[in-house]
Amino acid sequence: MYSEKVMDHFQNPRNVGEIENASGVGTVGNAKCGDIMRMYLDIDDNGVIRDCKFKTFGCGAAVATSSMATELVKGKTIQEALQVTNKAVMEALDGLPPVKVHCSLLAEEAIHAALWDYAEKNGITIEGLEKPKADINEEEEHEQY
Amino acid sequence: MEKQIYLDHAATTAVSPQVLSAMLPYFTEQFGNAGGIYGFGQKSKQALEDARGYIASTIGAKAEEIYFTAGGTESDNWALKATATAYQKKGKHIITTKIEHHAILHTAQYLEKQGFEVTYLDVDESGIVRLDDLKNAIREDTILISVMFANNEIGSIQPIAEIGKIAHEKGILFHTDAVQAYTQIPISVDELQVDMLSVSAHKFNGPKGVGFLYIRKGLKLQSLIHGGQQERGRRAGTENIPGIIGMAEASRLAHADLLERTKMESELRDYLIGRIENEIPYCRLNGDREKRLPNNVNFSFRFIEGESMLIMLDMKGICASSGSACTSGSLDPSHVLLAIGLPHEIAHGSLRLTLGRENTKEEIDYVVDELKKIIERLRNMSPLYEDFVKQQSV
Repeated sequence: MYSEKVMDHFQNPRNVGEIENASGVGTVGNAKCGDIMRMYLDIDDNGVIRDCKFKTFGCGAAVATSSMATELVKGKTIQEALQVTNKAVMEALDGLPPVKVHCSLLAEEAIHAALWDYAEKNGITIEGLEKPKADINEEEEHEQY
Repeated sequence: MEKQIYLDHAATTAVSPQVLSAMLPYFTEQFGNAGGIYGFGQKSKQALEDARGYIASTIGAKAEEIYFTAGGTESDNWALKATATAYQKKGKHIITTKIEHHAILHTAQYLEKQGFEVTYLDVDESGIVRLDDLKNAIREDTILISVMFANNEIGSIQPIAEIGKIAHEKGILFHTDAVQAYTQIPISVDELQVDMLSVSAHKFNGPKGVGFLYIRKGLKLQSLIHGGQQERGRRAGTENIPGIIGMAEASRLAHADLLERTKMESELRDYLIGRIENEIPYCRLNGDREKRLPNNVNFSFRFIEGESMLIMLDMKGICASSGSACTSGSLDPSHVLLAIGLPHEIAHGSLRLTLGRENTKEEIDYVVDELKKIIERLRNMSPLYEDFVKQQSV
């Protein structure tokens, strides 16, 4: 059901953990729906993401998308990190099953939430960044099975 | 994979070699249609009726009360839909529970769309129906009570005899889905006052695609499948003779050592429960401790999600299942776990391990050892656990 890349990132997730005194931390999702992602960013004075770590409560796809998202934003500038969309995460993982697409949305949202936290802490505005939704699942149709 | 430990017997089981050899001749040399007048067809007919007689004897029924079907889902559909149709002049109210299998729940919902009213009884926190709730739900126009014998997810065994007594005192028909209970618990339809009972063969080392519905003599149930005169005109279609022979043989094998096997399974079950409770923190046993299927273990582990657990177990060669949303294809976790009052996030972290006769203590030890590592690993990855640990240290 999962691609080899998803399984690889699930079995060997990159960048699991916390960053103490992180420049920005974002938590999205909700336990009710079974997914929570927390993203930590360490951003240097030039606005480059030096380090990125995550913690995730969720299924295999949730762990894999978090792991891939951290890989994709590491070393990027804030503006570049904003271009890491859910589609980019999915493509980098060679796709996700349709029911798991929301996991990649959560990953994108987690990056945005961490960047939003960074902007708020530093009293700056990041162009193109909107206030993240606390919980993306709220707007999703619950599928009838 | 070198090693596989199968702990999902409530999902399905392997056809045992003896069952397969009993079935094989009926695919080839003994292929005759039981409807044929020639002796060759009559041999199939005889085998079919022997199987029916044996199956009937396992639940204290008469041969003519056993109707072969394509499995548990068909039996459940038939029992509900046919009773609804046949007895709608008497009333249009049906009582069932919130923890039934979807074969019952979705059929009940379908009947609601057809103008029937359905009461879905709550269960207590161990997953057992409260008899007072049942009594209070009964109305003048109640025609059917359908309560499963034992739950497929958490193994809780329902007070079937008491429900049967209540139903019959009120003149209401009583159906039970015994798909998980049959061959795990001795059943007598008369003692339990059951009017209809559903069974599926592949849960007890029989083949997939075959089961039966017991219908008490005298009930006016219509056919679900129309066509020829098979099953006394009530379930048309050429009989699945190899399947039926296989089911009867599997039933014979399962009943031959029912008490010893279930005693052994219960011991292994309790050993597994004990090790998990002693060695893995923040867990909860779901279902009743005593009134529990001999082969069922179901735990919730806080701060982690079930699918991740299943994939990691699978990587260690362990087959298990979960009530997490991610394994159901929807965003909601198991309706059974919600019905026993678990919050969503804890229901997502559930694990069901169901034993079979071939499982050993060595396997169980291996499973617990691996499970401990997996849960620790997932918790270290979990933001919920991180928050919990921080709160604890404040």
